Amino acid sequence: MGAEFLVQLKGITKRFPGVVANHQVDLTLMPGEIHALLGENGSGKSTLMSVLTGLYRPDEGEVFIGGQRVQFRSPHDAIKAGVGMVHQHFKLVDTFTVAQNVILGDRRVPFVPSMSEIEDQIERISSGYGLAVNPRAYVWQLSVGEKQRVEIVKMLYRGCSVLILDEPTAVLTIQESRQLFANIREMAAQGRTVVVITHKLHEVMEIADRVTVLRRGEAVATFKRGGFTERDLALAMVGRDVVSQVEKPPAVQKDVVLELQDVYALNNLGRLGLRSISLTVRGGEILGIAGVAGNGQRELSEVVTGLRPALRGRIQVDGTDVTGEGPRGFIDRGVAHVPEDRLGAGLVPGLNAVDNLILKEYRRKMARGPFLDRRGAESNALELIGRFGVRLSSLYNPVKFMSGGNLQRLLLAREISSEPRLIVAVYPVRGLDIAATEAVHRLLLEQRAQGTAILLISEDLDEIFKLSDRIAVLFEGAVTGVLPATGADAEEIGLLMMGSRKMEEQAV
Amino acid sequence: MKIGLITLEKRAAPSPIMAVMVPVVSVFMALLVGAIFLKITGREPLPIYFEMFSRAFGTRYGLSETIVKSIPLMLAGLGVAVAFRMQLWNIGGEGQLFMGAFAATWVALSFPDQAAYLLLPLMFFAGCAGGAVWGLLPAIPRAYMGVNEIITTLMLNYVAILWVEYLVYGPWKDPHGYNFPLTAKFTAGAILPTMGDSRIHAGLLFGLTIAVVLWVVFNRTKWGYEVRVIGDSPGAARFAGMNIPRNILVVMAVSGAICGLAGMAEVSGLMHRLQPGFSPGYGYTAIIIAWLAKLNPLAIVLVAFLFGGLQVGGYIVQTTGVPATMVAMLQGSVLFFILGGDILLRYRLRWRRSPDSGAPGKGVGA
Repeated sequence: MGAEFLVQLKGITKRFPGVVANHQVDLTLMPGEIHALLGENGSGKSTLMSVLTGLYRPDEGEVFIGGQRVQFRSPHDAIKAGVGMVHQHFKLVDTFTVAQNVILGDRRVPFVPSMSEIEDQIERISSGYGLAVNPRAYVWQLSVGEKQRVEIVKMLYRGCSVLILDEPTAVLTIQESRQLFANIREMAAQGRTVVVITHKLHEVMEIADRVTVLRRGEAVATFKRGGFTERDLALAMVGRDVVSQVEKPPAVQKDVVLELQDVYALNNLGRLGLRSISLTVRGGEILGIAGVAGNGQRELSEVVTGLRPALRGRIQVDGTDVTGEGPRGFIDRGVAHVPEDRLGAGLVPGLNAVDNLILKEYRRKMARGPFLDRRGAESNALELIGRFGVRLSSLYNPVKFMSGGNLQRLLLAREISSEPRLIVAVYPVRGLDIAATEAVHRLLLEQRAQGTAILLISEDLDEIFKLSDRIAVLFEGAVTGVLPATGADAEEIGLLMMGSRKMEEQAV
Repeated sequence: MKIGLITLEKRAAPSPIMAVMVPVVSVFMALLVGAIFLKITGREPLPIYFEMFSRAFGTRYGLSETIVKSIPLMLAGLGVAVAFRMQLWNIGGEGQLFMGAFAATWVALSFPDQAAYLLLPLMFFAGCAGGAVWGLLPAIPRAYMGVNEIITTLMLNYVAILWVEYLVYGPWKDPHGYNFPLTAKFTAGAILPTMGDSRIHAGLLFGLTIAVVLWVVFNRTKWGYEVRVIGDSPGAARFAGMNIPRNILVVMAVSGAICGLAGMAEVSGLMHRLQPGFSPGYGYTAIIIAWLAKLNPLAIVLVAFLFGGLQVGGYIVQTTGVPATMVAMLQGSVLFFILGGDILLRYRLRWRRSPDSGAPGKGVGA
């Protein structure tokens, strides 16, 4: 193997039950380069890097470092070989100081460490790369950007020559991102290799020496600096494949079911998560929401189901103003919700299928005064399980033991059986295999044929193209465009997802 | 997950056999631990155990005393189980029991001349109210600010116990009581009826009735359903539009009320007065009972009966020099084994064949 490569991944394949996360992926990293790993969510970037850092063992393929074949059993092994990763969710102890966090888990540190010596070392490292951190500060006192720098310093302190940053700018402000990029350039200039996992095109344009694009678990292209444009990247990322069209009869346009007018909402950090959203969904229509995760999808789905209050604006369901109502108000008006987090919100993991199937109806159809209609609930469960093809070992086992596909069937069975006016489906096929995906899609299209309005939030453009009648694109909490699905151009959507509005699009 | 050579494998479904085996085996393991200690201290465990169980369950007197002891355990166990169902860790059963006893005593001492048909219902509701208030105090900060209820309920126990002590050593001390820290004896109207010539009082009926009612509430009502959903998954509860803060308040009030009733039944049915230390930690033992019974109200009745017997047996063998703390040790060991054994419901133990059977390929590390 070529000695010029610092790291070489050859033919990496990693399978999870029902999913091939990586298929025959090759990747090379050179010393001192900034290498971007670009791809949509679920394209296999994180899995690939988890293989490189010893978190997962590949089913097939080999990893070479400095020409030597390695087999990591844990991230510890990887760090020893000089490969370290900074995860999106920081792994720091809030009540410890920066220095204490840096040496945490480092087996070279003596039983009674000399903290002042370690603090000096940390200061040397941080000033060497312009990574401003105070080793004596407590982590709870730090901003997000500072915490990230602590994680980077931690890896440098352990002598890592390859640093992998997982979506490093996802949590940063623009100024912090700029600072981070300067740090990354400095590290590369001093001979370290930095891998940046991202789905933001402009970041790739800004810092990458080389970029490898992953799509559906496969490495589809590698470009060198100067040899690519934003459009090339978008194309490679989204794919040119002709979208598999299912038989979808033309939408029978009915009345507007959901209407949002100039809606604003905060995200969990207390910042604006939705900005001036105006959308309508008609009965018998699927409105697909395209966008890279974290651009307001969660906030949008919560606002239209009553889980998150709107800061401003108006939400109407079937012409009734429901702004300010809670989830119960939305449920009672026929809003069904297939949430992103199946087991954390949509279903009650410790309860059995019978009890889970009455979660939306226990106050209504399944109630007899203060009592529950147990017999009704059981026959309801049997009927739905048959109709929706849910496979169960027993009606009375907690649902947390079911597979992802069956959980989603169970959830859809409940939501659809309430005969909703509107279905809000968030990443409805995430983690499902092909058969389960098809089943879910068929169910949604059946609902569309019956005149239900459907708001489909997905990161998978193919899914959006396949199901939607119209497509709205979200970027940083705002709608950057709404287009009819027929004749829509994947490239154009890809660019809208990256925040370039239609007007600003430049020709190649 | 791997521990040495043993691998824990997640089961596809919780094991129904283990659900029964774990509590049963836990009790035996606890007895084994107790036996080791008895042996170390130079006693023969088997005769002592035989003595304990035959006297607690085998004689007419022992059996009736066992039932008497099981009444507060049963009520307090049912009380804390209500909160546990919603995963609210009410460790304050003891304090709620004391406040129930206090409130009932206040009624008994304030209206000594009333007839039983007026006084007893009044004391019943006072007992419930006293416990409910003590349950609500920690529930309010929990519901609206997320303050950990384990700490607050535990701390309020000491407040309640000291409050009762203050009363019986001070303002409520019986002037004709030779300066003992006791209130005056209750009048006839404030005393719960007993069964025949035994000391078994009507508190047993409270316990049995509440057990059945709770079973129905948990398994057959909308509210019981909400409690189970909130307990298992607050996210799903919000998703379904359930009001979580309000349910926290209601559940803690009900939990406290039942524990308070345990206190009322003790003073009205057994002590016939308020005195310090009338509960040897029933509110804490109740936690073990509720857990051992897997929060099933009907099982709580049974487990409370067994624990009542354990206490009675413990008192009886004290006369032969076995320390009274033996019983506390057995109870603690039972809980220890139950909590540890619960993992077997969800996982299966496997001996690992080789230390590295999972690794693919053959190469070596760098």
